[in-house]
Amino acid sequence: MLLNQFLVLSAVLFAIGVYGVLARRNGVLVLMSIELILNAVNINLVAFGSYVSSISGEVFALFVITVAAAEVGVGLAILLLLYRNRQSVDLSEADLMRG
Amino acid sequence: MGLQGIGVLAAEASAEIAHVGGWFLSNVWIIPAIPAASFFAILFFGKRMPRGGSEVGIIAVGASLVLALCTAGQWIGAVNGAHGTAVEPVVNRWTWWVAGGVDFTIGTLVDGLAVALLFVVTAISLLVHIYSTDYVAGDVRYTHFFAFLSLFTAAMLFFVLAENTIQMIVGWELVGVCSFVLIGHWWEEKPNSDAAMKAFLTNRVGDIGLLVGVSVLFFAAGGTFSILEINTRAIDGEIGHNLLLISALCLLAAVISKSGQFFLHTWLPDAMAGPTPVSALIHAATMVVAGVYLVARMYGVFFEGMVIAGSSINALALIGGITTLVGASLAFVQNDIKRVLAYSTISQLGYMVMALGVGAWTAAVFHLFTHAFFKACLFLGSGSVSHSVHSFDMKKDMGGLRKHMPHTFRTFMIASVALAGLPPLAGFWSKDEILAGTGGWGVFGATGGNGAYTAMLFMGMATAVLTAAYMTRCIYLTFFGTYRGHGHPHESGRRITVPLWILAIFAVGAGWTNLPKGFQIVPKSWTEQFGHYVEPVAAEHFYFPAIAHATPSWTLAIVSTLVALTGAGVAVAYYRRVDRRAAAGGAATELADGPTSRWTVARLGHRVLVQKYYLDHLYTGIVAKGTAGPIARGAYWFNQHGIDEVVNQAGRKAVAAGQVVYDRIDQQVIDGVVNTTGKASHGAGEELRRMQTGKVQQYAGVMFVAAVVLAAALLLVL
Repeated sequence: MLLNQFLVLSAVLFAIGVYGVLARRNGVLVLMSIELILNAVNINLVAFGSYVSSISGEVFALFVITVAAAEVGVGLAILLLLYRNRQSVDLSEADLMRG
Repeated sequence: MGLQGIGVLAAEASAEIAHVGGWFLSNVWIIPAIPAASFFAILFFGKRMPRGGSEVGIIAVGASLVLALCTAGQWIGAVNGAHGTAVEPVVNRWTWWVAGGVDFTIGTLVDGLAVALLFVVTAISLLVHIYSTDYVAGDVRYTHFFAFLSLFTAAMLFFVLAENTIQMIVGWELVGVCSFVLIGHWWEEKPNSDAAMKAFLTNRVGDIGLLVGVSVLFFAAGGTFSILEINTRAIDGEIGHNLLLISALCLLAAVISKSGQFFLHTWLPDAMAGPTPVSALIHAATMVVAGVYLVARMYGVFFEGMVIAGSSINALALIGGITTLVGASLAFVQNDIKRVLAYSTISQLGYMVMALGVGAWTAAVFHLFTHAFFKACLFLGSGSVSHSVHSFDMKKDMGGLRKHMPHTFRTFMIASVALAGLPPLAGFWSKDEILAGTGGWGVFGATGGNGAYTAMLFMGMATAVLTAAYMTRCIYLTFFGTYRGHGHPHESGRRITVPLWILAIFAVGAGWTNLPKGFQIVPKSWTEQFGHYVEPVAAEHFYFPAIAHATPSWTLAIVSTLVALTGAGVAVAYYRRVDRRAAAGGAATELADGPTSRWTVARLGHRVLVQKYYLDHLYTGIVAKGTAGPIARGAYWFNQHGIDEVVNQAGRKAVAAGQVVYDRIDQQVIDGVVNTTGKASHGAGEELRRMQTGKVQQYAGVMFVAAVVLAAALLLVL
């Protein structure tokens, strides 16, 4: 069954994404990892959509892509400001909220 | 018609109502639409036009005036065709939106009243536009100014043509916003923007009344906003009297603020901070007459709610009467020429409201009509004067201008005589009709009014004296005596003098449109023309109440003329003496040994007037700063000496009892519990604090792990 392969691909991408988000220190790479997670979700949506032969999976994927674009825009803007203020995008240094 | 006029009229009222139509009557919406379109055109393209957008405004308002005249012509034809039966107003309505089963409509309503107002608004606005091209020439916001003049005109026309009460509110607020913008036209100076703010906020007070009144009427009339239906039901007695009274009082609150009636009139004189053409527009045609128009429009509600017929006093007439006296007395002590005129407007608006209050509907609308022309002429005249001497202060910078500005002087003089109500100028006819309409126990032979409003008759008479006197003072200080300012005053250009002369001609002739019935000098068909076409004929199930008409009387006319002449005569005598003293080297503006310097009572009265009856102090000093003012100090004193004594006694006893409780229960039992809880949470906090590392990725990790655990639980459990 073709669906399986897509789900495996999606799961792998998701896992890589989560690893990136949790382990990388560079903010830009974290953002990229988030994109990976979102795309893993997209693959899932499209795969299931075609499996039940419904268009809504693809429609949802399109929405996710749109929102992801907006999210990256905001995220990069935050990183840019972070860099201007601290001359680094290392997330482990940004811990002003420490209790 | 005799004293029992109401009964006679009700019997006469026929069931027949003529239906009329016509292109101009049906498509009247175009009249406000043109200036509204011109507003946007000027706003977006005005700066690129050779005359800064003013030409668009003038053409637009001119087109509206032409259409208004055509509409008036068609209406006159319709009334003639009805041969004395009632004429149904021409209503066109479209559904605006539907909500909760209620149709919110938008549309137009044309009857005689609307037609008269259409003409007044467009005519005055056109003249003001032309005048402004000279008056505000070179201003930084020239284009902006003309854009808002257009919108102001459009808003008022929209209000006048309103078919339902919702539409009235919209027009009402639009007019308010435009006046705010135009009064604050020169907002760089603090007093100007303050004045604009004051006008706006004072109006908001009354707007609440309008909203409440309209809502009450909506429910009382069985779920309709239609003006005609509300009035018809009010007159047919389908709405309870208490509800009518409440809604009439709420609407009256709106009128008080908008039309500058007593105790909320304080914004009007301050609104003089705006450019003079705006003042003319506000005072003659657009802003302040909106309140009077509201009463005239909803007259069924007021007539029944206030029980105008067969009474001798009601809130409407009383407010109007007081306003007219307050305004006229305050006009005496102003040194600023525009402020004199502003208080004069308040006084004349009071006249109109009073007339509506005593049931003299036609007289009130007629006075609105004539007043618009001579007051616009006076304001534009004062603008012409200030244009020449660069000041509004009559005592410091004016005097003797009659030689320098002959056109301004002559038109100002004509308009003043019209305002003072001397025959045969416009103000005389309308004022006299109001005085006759008060009924007043048949004093001076005027009979057949709606009630016996004798108090209002005397208030009106007193105002006539004051009006003649303060206008004499104003003319003397401005145009007679010697010039006290600096520089060389000169006559204004043609774009200023031509509108002045046109208005002066109307100030002379506008009154002849409604000559009284028994006037023998002219053919019978010439009398009461204005009333014939403007006032709806009463009929069954109709929107206009059956009001009685007073019979005009020669005695009253002669007495009121003599009264006005007396006022003017006293003022003239005073200023002739001032002139003689000035020739001998005395002050040129007032007598050093006049009544105010000799009599304590007069001096005190003068001070009260200069302080505007202390109303501004009342509003800003006491109402606004009430908590910091004397009320607060009084309350503090009472608090310290009255309440505190009781509290102290109770306190001492309580302290003794409390001491016992404190030692035993509080310190040992409760505090123990509380302290333990505190320590425990402090310790927990210290431990938990370490979890808050501030590192986003750790949080994300925790979240992810939690998600995995939840997902696993979901899989395993289900």
